[in-house]
Amino acid sequence: MYAFEHLRATDPADAVAKFSQADDARYLAGGQTLLAAMKLRLAAPACLIDLQRIAALRGIAADTAALTVGAMATHAEVAASPVVCDTIPALAKLAAGIGDPMVRNVGTLGGSVANDDPAADYPAAVLALDAAVHTDRRVIAADAFFTGLYETALAPGELITAVRFPIPQQAAYVKFPNPASRYALVGVFVARHAAGVRVAVTGAGASGVFRVPAFEAALAARFAPDAIDGLGVDPAALASDLHASAEYRAHLVGVIARRAVAAALA
Amino acid sequence: MNGRHVDATVPARTLLVDFLRDTLGLTGAHIGCDTAQCGACTVHLDGRAVKSCNLLAVQADGASVVTIEGLTAADGAMHPMQAAFRDHHGLQCGYCTPGMVMSALDLVRRDPAPTRDHIREALEGNLCRCTGYQNIVAAVEAGAQAMRTAG
Repeated sequence: MYAFEHLRATDPADAVAKFSQADDARYLAGGQTLLAAMKLRLAAPACLIDLQRIAALRGIAADTAALTVGAMATHAEVAASPVVCDTIPALAKLAAGIGDPMVRNVGTLGGSVANDDPAADYPAAVLALDAAVHTDRRVIAADAFFTGLYETALAPGELITAVRFPIPQQAAYVKFPNPASRYALVGVFVARHAAGVRVAVTGAGASGVFRVPAFEAALAARFAPDAIDGLGVDPAALASDLHASAEYRAHLVGVIARRAVAAALA
Repeated sequence: MNGRHVDATVPARTLLVDFLRDTLGLTGAHIGCDTAQCGACTVHLDGRAVKSCNLLAVQADGASVVTIEGLTAADGAMHPMQAAFRDHHGLQCGYCTPGMVMSALDLVRRDPAPTRDHIREALEGNLCRCTGYQNIVAAVEAGAQAMRTAG
């Protein structure tokens, strides 16, 4: 990779200040995507601001309404957290299925959400659970956060500090992984809230993670796998590549959504 | 570093695996794919298995790092997990072996008595290009057993 300057931030305000003073900076969370991209010279920031030592970005806590996970919580920490397992076990299971054990020991929630890879797992959870993304300057609702492929509502230099997940009545995440990369070819997170059902799909969308209103309405009326029989998503809005055609992904969205509903009921 | 204090100044872009191999001469962590997929470079950072090709050396500043070289006892005796790989022929060319052993030890930390299914899941990030997985799984199972026996 190209040379860059490495700066350590001591707290969120220090990180944001360093970002604003640097030319062409990026935040370094776990680096499991960013460093790989820099090695391939797909990314070449002049400065990395390392968030590793910011204690305020760690921690996992819950109240009766919501689970709050610090941005620097690793996937392994979320997967093993008794608090997560007690409140939103589907989120722990999702985290336990990201990448492989070594990636999970380093990769972080904040990094994944900020990167918004169209095949990443966490965006489906954030969207289906109607989570709030907390940053150094504001709170962004999930529905407004993901804006496209690798694009979010974050302003330049805006730092995710935590994600607050409302605790659903029932939820499950099921993914159909690409057999080689293990990224989600299709991943569906289904969450049943008091206010209704939310269904979010990752891996399949031509412009990233998306909700399926037709599924949500049917499941709100009757929360059962066969409630969405006969419903589908339009392949025109889905990705088509060497791994799978849009039509195949559309088929999988229905299959995996039904499995997710069944898992949520189990 | 394997129980020894190391002070060094490195360019920020130095990968941990390059620092281990080129600066410290610890060549047990192998560079297989260099794209964070094969796991041959796996080492322990503060007790957790990580891919040292996908981590900066500066990210390990102040941390405890253990490589395959750090597992061997002072008298040269193999770690029970290493011995299990030898006894069960858990290697063919041996290139992936250090990473397999380090990942196996991370698994045993989390699950002292893993099932074969759990072993296979836990080795998801380690590729053996000889495809000798059967004996690797048997070795990890036996290594975990030996570690339980040894307490």
